[in-house]
Amino acid sequence: MTATAENTRKNGQATKRPRKSDRTKAEIRLGWMLAGPAFFVMMAVTAYPIAQATFDSLFSFRLTAPDERSFVFLDNYLLLFTDGMFWRIFGVTLLITVVTVAVELVLGFALALVMHRALKSMRGLLRTAILVPYGIITVVSAFAWYYMFDINSGFVNRWLSWVPGIDSDLDWFSNFGTAITVIMASEIWKTTPFIALLLLAGLAQVPDELVEAARVDGATKVQQFTRVIIPNMKAAIMVAVLFRALDAFRIFDNVFIMTGGDANTEVLSLLAYNQSISRLEIGLGSAVSVVLFICVLLMCVIAVKGFKVDLASGTDSSSGKKDGGK
Amino acid sequence: MASSKRLTGRQKIGWAVTTVLVLLYALFPVAAIFANSFKTQADLGNPTFWPANWTLTHYEMIFVGSAQELFLTSLRNSIGITLIATFIAVVLATLCAYAIARLNFPGKRIILGAALAVSIFPVISVVTPLFNLWRTIGLYDTWLGLIIPYLSLTLPISIWTLSAFFRQIPWDLEQAAQVDGATQWQAFRKAIIPLAAPGVFTTAILAFFIAWNDFVYGISLTSTESARPVPAALAFFQGASQFEEPTGAISAAAIVVTIPVVILVLLFQRRIVSGLTQGAVKG
Repeated sequence: MTATAENTRKNGQATKRPRKSDRTKAEIRLGWMLAGPAFFVMMAVTAYPIAQATFDSLFSFRLTAPDERSFVFLDNYLLLFTDGMFWRIFGVTLLITVVTVAVELVLGFALALVMHRALKSMRGLLRTAILVPYGIITVVSAFAWYYMFDINSGFVNRWLSWVPGIDSDLDWFSNFGTAITVIMASEIWKTTPFIALLLLAGLAQVPDELVEAARVDGATKVQQFTRVIIPNMKAAIMVAVLFRALDAFRIFDNVFIMTGGDANTEVLSLLAYNQSISRLEIGLGSAVSVVLFICVLLMCVIAVKGFKVDLASGTDSSSGKKDGGK
Repeated sequence: MASSKRLTGRQKIGWAVTTVLVLLYALFPVAAIFANSFKTQADLGNPTFWPANWTLTHYEMIFVGSAQELFLTSLRNSIGITLIATFIAVVLATLCAYAIARLNFPGKRIILGAALAVSIFPVISVVTPLFNLWRTIGLYDTWLGLIIPYLSLTLPISIWTLSAFFRQIPWDLEQAAQVDGATQWQAFRKAIIPLAAPGVFTTAILAFFIAWNDFVYGISLTSTESARPVPAALAFFQGASQFEEPTGAISAAAIVVTIPVVILVLLFQRRIVSGLTQGAVKG
């Protein structure tokens, strides 16, 4: 990506191409002068670190013993992939991603429909309320949920004591099933508004006439929804799902605060953190980071190639509209 | 849309119930931690929702008491680092988005693609190498050491949102003003800035939310109070004694850092919604 950018920049300044007028060249130069700094900063804070991490992952390297650094090639990856713990952690991360995104899609649709159909006078109130979880700090949300379920100060055990299996002695964070449920609940609560807003934007793009026509033709509400509305906002749904899936796969804050990885709730990001920041195992930690990065990349590629998600839709939507002067 | 029709009584009740449900959904956890922050230490051991006796002890503790050092310095760090990172991102993104919206040059798609790629980048993958590098060059545990990586969070969304906003500006107005006798600068100032400012402002709010929310960088790239932001500091709270959980103090601190979010949401919900949806879905 960087290479292409450099080429473009060179082309911009090159004088060889005869078909480019002076004005075009000036425009290209100005374009890169304005956009270049932002582009450069973005590359510097991501492309460089991931390259460095890839390099570091090929070494056995502990910060506590910097002199013992040695080249081990793919040994760190081998160590990960042959360790049952890594696959368990990978599975937990995947589980969280799949469950939260699925639940959020349903909940988000419900919220989007409510906001879409609501009276004008209520829309402001609903949007304001729904933006609170979106804007709140994830760590704060994690603590809020943690204290609700906490065995000492939480009220959930008492409120739900009529549910079989729940009583005042239930420690939600001491076993996997209950702990992961609360973690996912807090994640779902915090991020559903985002998906709901994206779906709301999608809903707004479905022409009212189409729904009206279906209604006149005798389609039921459910049919209007599944046959007319959903197919017409497929793009918005796919983008929302992909964005959320990529985000959920990186989950860290809630797990760190609620269990710290106990009760087998460790996730990939936490594993990377524990290896590099807590244990100063830079080599192994970098390998986890690279694996995480590749997973995210793969999810993207699958979505774009397999499901034809056009992430860059809108990129060029109106750039064709050139202004004559200037 | 059914909104133009008269609502029947049943529909009215239906909408009232729906609205209450949405409000409950959105505000319940916040109310829970709000209630916690006013509970006495004894109440915190009782499984009730509201405190039996309301107290300000925990707020005293974080503002003037034993947790003052920890909380106030981290609050100052959070505010300072977040505002600077937001400001830099918005300035760079404004220039960038202007170029993307107005100029025709190769590389536009590359820049937008790069912004997208950066926004899906796992933060933790950036942290490990930065942790190592920052320790070597002395940026570890400093404001600048957080501001730089925060740009990876704030820049992409700023570029996308602003490009979407700027594309909708009728730039012809500028020329129209010039035809009417305004100088180029006057035309820009009188015709374009008023149209562009709301977009820039909305983008700043979104970027602020994202930087304010950060935890991974905050906890990985700091080790003392000299740069640790609030979300990371919350993990370091301690109870008044060894046998006390810091539940109350953490809840109070959590409420304090939620206040700016609630204020921004209350004032600018319409803009935030349009900014979010424009940046992400086709504008």
